[in-house]
Amino acid sequence: MAQKVLMKGNEAIAEAAIRAGCRHYFGYPITPQTEIAAYMAKKMPKIGGVFLQAESEIASINMVYGAAAAGMRVMTSSSSPGISLKAEGLSYIAGSDVPALVVNVQRGGPGLGGIQPSQSDYFQATKGGGHGDYRMIVLAPASVQEMASLTIKGFELADKYLMTSMILADGTIGQMMEPISFEDTEIKTFEKPWALTGTKCARKHNVVNSLYLKPEELEVKNFERFERYKVVEENEAMWEEYMMEDAEYCVVAFGIASRVAKNAVVSARKEGIKVGLIRPITLWPFPKQALLEAADKVKGFVCVELNMGQMIEDVRLYTQCKKPVSLCCRCGGMIPSPEEVLESIRKAQKGEF
Amino acid sequence: MKTTQILIAGFGGQGVLFAGKFLAYKGLTENMQVSWLPSYGPEMRGGTANCSIVLSDSPVGSPIITSPDVLVAMNLPSLQKFVDTVVPGGQIFVDSTLIDMKVERDDVQVFYIPATQLAKDAGFSSLANMILTGKVLKESGAVPFEGNQQTLEAFIPAKKANLIDANLKALQIGYDY
Repeated sequence: MAQKVLMKGNEAIAEAAIRAGCRHYFGYPITPQTEIAAYMAKKMPKIGGVFLQAESEIASINMVYGAAAAGMRVMTSSSSPGISLKAEGLSYIAGSDVPALVVNVQRGGPGLGGIQPSQSDYFQATKGGGHGDYRMIVLAPASVQEMASLTIKGFELADKYLMTSMILADGTIGQMMEPISFEDTEIKTFEKPWALTGTKCARKHNVVNSLYLKPEELEVKNFERFERYKVVEENEAMWEEYMMEDAEYCVVAFGIASRVAKNAVVSARKEGIKVGLIRPITLWPFPKQALLEAADKVKGFVCVELNMGQMIEDVRLYTQCKKPVSLCCRCGGMIPSPEEVLESIRKAQKGEF
Repeated sequence: MKTTQILIAGFGGQGVLFAGKFLAYKGLTENMQVSWLPSYGPEMRGGTANCSIVLSDSPVGSPIITSPDVLVAMNLPSLQKFVDTVVPGGQIFVDSTLIDMKVERDDVQVFYIPATQLAKDAGFSSLANMILTGKVLKESGAVPFEGNQQTLEAFIPAKKANLIDANLKALQIGYDY
């Protein structure tokens, strides 16, 4: 096994991206993700890559669009308000079916909000953000090691399905340091016959575009895209189950909230409450099957989030409202303590949802 | 299962984050599970800074510390803010050069170390953080005192290697106090 080093979550993303073959980074600084850009600025020139601080978020996402159309592994990163600015570009990239990686190290909102950690962009990431019918693969790391592994996975899934992969992290995981090892994992690459690489007068030219003025043509494009999304939903959902074997109650949480929730689950077990945790690793596709199966086993769910209750809608949807779901949340940059989560678990045991 | 939650707090510029990083690297060299979480944002500029370090022999759950086992307070606002959060039976390390206040709790162990003065006397005024850390290593038992050189070499960049000696001396001063 490779040597472990301590690294910030943001730096782990940047290093993993480089290892995954990303040689094009376009961004614009914003707290709490600036270490990603700083790392890229330092490393990219040394390895023949491109680091470019654009004049704005909108410019940077369109640079990503261009490099993606040229078949490059390309990424940008930002935090919540910056991702809103990139939303138009995200929709164009989806409408053109080119792969890209976008990182959102979330902070409290709405508006300029604050700079402390948050998960309040769940809706934006999983339900759209930009206009039109489209999906992004949304990966939610809960550790520095996962910041790296899901970045690599994100590039691979993006190339495989011609979609945007979004790393939906938060200020805590971005800023914290944990031991991490970069094992010699094989990086998967994909042929990109559709890319704009110059015909050299040897083939028909490729076109990357999201404009289809004939409605019957645009409809077919959407149908085709959603066929692809269906395959992603069937094959790519990822989640972690913790102490679920005999669980009577199930906590659902992702990212940093799941770390706090895990502490609470351990404490509740000491009190004799049979509780487990399901941690979605992909937020889209959502681990529907895991939730539905849990719904037949447990008496109720506790959803823990750093927002006013966003994922809870999907938890209710995919458990088909078979069991009650309560919400334990803080927002605006605040994080619930393990004791607050434990209290919600105790209430659930008393039947208070 | 042994887990130590350490909170170090003081002014920006006192080396709060560095001391925390050192402890995290100590844990790493001991093959422990560790996390290091800094406060970040506008409060760091001339204001208070703190960082949370979890050292454990099993995977770290939450890196956010609400009830530390060990508090290192390097200024008065930090001591006032966190003194009541320390778990009963926990330890508080106070830089008594900078902090007049006495801890009024009788369910915690308190160590008053004039770290800033000791650092000044030894000729490296910026290393009060490491003097306190030396005392933490001795009293908390979170990680062994041995192997400090190896740890410092692991994360101080080569071009600043000249600082390693002073850091080692500061740790020793704290340990011996």
